Amino acid sequence: MTNPKKHLKKRLSREKRFRFVTFLSLAIPITFLTFLVGHIFYQAWPAFFHHYIDLEINAADLQSSSFKESNPDYRLLTRQLLEKNLEITATPQQRRELPRMLSPHASDDLAITLEKLPSSPTTPYIVSLPTSAIIDQYMTTGDNSKLTANQQQWIAALETQEKINRAFDTSFWQSGDSREPEEAGIWGSIMGSFLTMIITLLLSLPFGTAAALYLEEFAKKNFLSRLIEININNLAAVPSIIFGLLGIVVFLGIFGLPRSSPLVGGMVLALMTLPVIIIAARASLRAIPNSIRQAALAVGASHAQVIWHHVFPLALPGILTGTILGMARALGETAPLMMIGMIAFIVDIPSGFTDPSTVLPAQIFMWSDLQETAFVEKTYAAILVLIVFLIMMNLLAIIIRQRVEKKW
Amino acid sequence: MLFLFVVIFLAIVFYHWGSQKAIRLQKNKIHPLTARPAYHGLYLATWAITAALLSLFLSNAILPWLMYKKIQATLPSGFLESSGLSLDTLILRIEQSLEKPASNLSEILSTDLLEKLQTTLQTWLNIQLFLPPMIMLIAAGLTSLITKRRINSHFKARTIVEKYTQRLLAVCASVAVAITIGIVASLVLEAWRFFERVPISDFVFGLEWSPQTALRADQTGSSASFGVIPVILGTFMIMIIAVGIAAPFGLMSAIYMTEYLPPRYRSLVKPILELLAGIPTVVYGYFAAIIVAPLLRDAGNWLGIDVAAESALAAALVMGMMIIPFVASLSDDALKAVPSSLRDGSYALGATKSETICKVLVPAALPGIIGGVLLAISRAIGETMIVVMAAGLAANLTINPLDSVTTVTVQITTLLTGDQEFNSSKTLAAFALGLILFLITLVLNIISLWILARYRQKYD
Repeated sequence: MTNPKKHLKKRLSREKRFRFVTFLSLAIPITFLTFLVGHIFYQAWPAFFHHYIDLEINAADLQSSSFKESNPDYRLLTRQLLEKNLEITATPQQRRELPRMLSPHASDDLAITLEKLPSSPTTPYIVSLPTSAIIDQYMTTGDNSKLTANQQQWIAALETQEKINRAFDTSFWQSGDSREPEEAGIWGSIMGSFLTMIITLLLSLPFGTAAALYLEEFAKKNFLSRLIEININNLAAVPSIIFGLLGIVVFLGIFGLPRSSPLVGGMVLALMTLPVIIIAARASLRAIPNSIRQAALAVGASHAQVIWHHVFPLALPGILTGTILGMARALGETAPLMMIGMIAFIVDIPSGFTDPSTVLPAQIFMWSDLQETAFVEKTYAAILVLIVFLIMMNLLAIIIRQRVEKKW
Repeated sequence: MLFLFVVIFLAIVFYHWGSQKAIRLQKNKIHPLTARPAYHGLYLATWAITAALLSLFLSNAILPWLMYKKIQATLPSGFLESSGLSLDTLILRIEQSLEKPASNLSEILSTDLLEKLQTTLQTWLNIQLFLPPMIMLIAAGLTSLITKRRINSHFKARTIVEKYTQRLLAVCASVAVAITIGIVASLVLEAWRFFERVPISDFVFGLEWSPQTALRADQTGSSASFGVIPVILGTFMIMIIAVGIAAPFGLMSAIYMTEYLPPRYRSLVKPILELLAGIPTVVYGYFAAIIVAPLLRDAGNWLGIDVAAESALAAALVMGMMIIPFVASLSDDALKAVPSSLRDGSYALGATKSETICKVLVPAALPGIIGGVLLAISRAIGETMIVVMAAGLAANLTINPLDSVTTVTVQITTLLTGDQEFNSSKTLAAFALGLILFLITLVLNIISLWILARYRQKYD
């Protein structure tokens, strides 16, 4: 040792360096997370809004010769309304360009709106129709590469009349999947996720709690209980895709349950969530102090009564916390559900446990393959919705943990 | 749903019945009851439900069988052989014709035969709907005749009910074992069928993986190659990079959180880090595919290095980020389990904080940390969505992380999603891959759980 002072200085600077390195390794993942969430928010935002064109209708439009009551052609009517509102008479070329201003299902929207109206409205009526994806894109980002010169002119005209405006896109929340980006929504997959989660909860919560109660309170320490314990710990770490393979062979193959249904999806996810719930429930049962048990035994309760009347109710908040966290994990799971066919193009909203359906993460996966800008936005929007759901579940778990759970 | 209501109805009725009888006994005061009335009610209800469920199970097994017999009897002899239909598909199509009259059954069945079959099927479907609940009620009623007689003042209903519940709980606990058995059995059986077509040595030692060529029926199974080595190599490469990132970052961030961060901030930072683990993998996969991979390719272009569009590195980087909190929380537990006497001893000798951490705490916590890293490895190997979205499909035999590689999980998903017939070598290969995946993770899990358990005992 040459100079003790110098040596100490070196050691202290090493201490500082080490501290900085450890700080960095915590800061980097957190920066990554912040960037990820921020990026998702930024990209998802436009998908929640859409541009709508306000068109004026009066009785004369509905009584014109081309619009017949018996067999109404709403496509034609939509085009005529556009022509009238833009105050132009369209050439054949323009007649092709005009309808592309509006979403393919704009004429259906018009039909629905008109059905609600009295047959011959006396005052002019304003109907708001969604624009097509390219127009919406142009209005949001100014990207005019897909527009014709005429269309740009018309939009400019509509803008000066203040007939084009941005509003909250309700169809994104109300419709199922679609090939058209303007029509694609997440309600179908949200319903699918919801139905799947109900099955998962109904199966994994009672079985998980019962297994935890048995292992923690009743089982004798013998070979069988040790085997079960090792099994549960191992199952918690088995890759989720393996549960999907089990689902194919047992639930689809042997039981013959319907493919792509929330029933099978929920069962597969229940197998996956079960060990998580068991481990959480056991930890929560173990946290109940022995004095509670002894006090109950001392006043003459049987072993079972001690557990059902005292230990179990006290451990319930902890069990629920673990269940919510397990359900949050199951909600974000995609791989095992891909195996059993819950990744499919499904337009209809599922209404029962055996209807073919998809789930929110699977919907994200399917949209992620599509290149159109509108679908990229929708993918981010669906991700945002999923993450918000997960954060809400996690917050709920934290609140339960802090408010209800007792500290002994 | 109907069955559920029947069961609930039975439970309530019999519970009431049993407890009322006990209460009457109590009022007569011949002898004080040995168990409270509720237990007598529960006793009756458990038996009623058990009987009802058993009879439901039996009737669901027998009634369809009877229906098949009946339908078969209605058909002219030799009909099934000549039409080439199996009984299952025939019944399914008759059932569809009940709802939608426009069916192509008229090609093979004469009109009056179809009508006859339809009426038979309709009756039997009705029977299957309404008979089981009746059987359930009758079975429950019959059992109650025996069980109800046992209720008297000396009857120890509580002990019996408690024993019954305990057994029920034990059955629930053994579900975990049943799941494992189910996984092993289904994987082994399907993999066995695969190895009947492709020799096991070709699978384990083969250097080429190209299952897609076996798609058409006129090609023989051997023209596709199922050599698993490149797939395993790709899996391990991605895993090594991911864990190579996650292990140091996870350990270091755990050290910073436990040793340096003031407790006030700790309670804030820890949930945030855990949020990183809570984000669904499909989100990471999308991020890796749409942001990280192009970024890497641009960086490669700028440096003059050729980077594949779906490079192993992109998937592995994002996966590493995802596993950090996992390693961090397990290292955190391990560091906390080190007794404070060791730490205090080190400080007393004049060591700085970093010296204490590096030379005392980490070595003492090493088994726990290693256990955590092994669990992280098993997680990285089994991770699916990130690699499906960001890594490639082509099985290249390479160790260059900038190339496109494929993994076991990617291959399983590609082999099993989409339309294909169930019994081809291609689909069966997925189960063989699944078996390998399960075995690798099983070994890793058992070793790490064993290390963690041993380590916990050491300091307890």
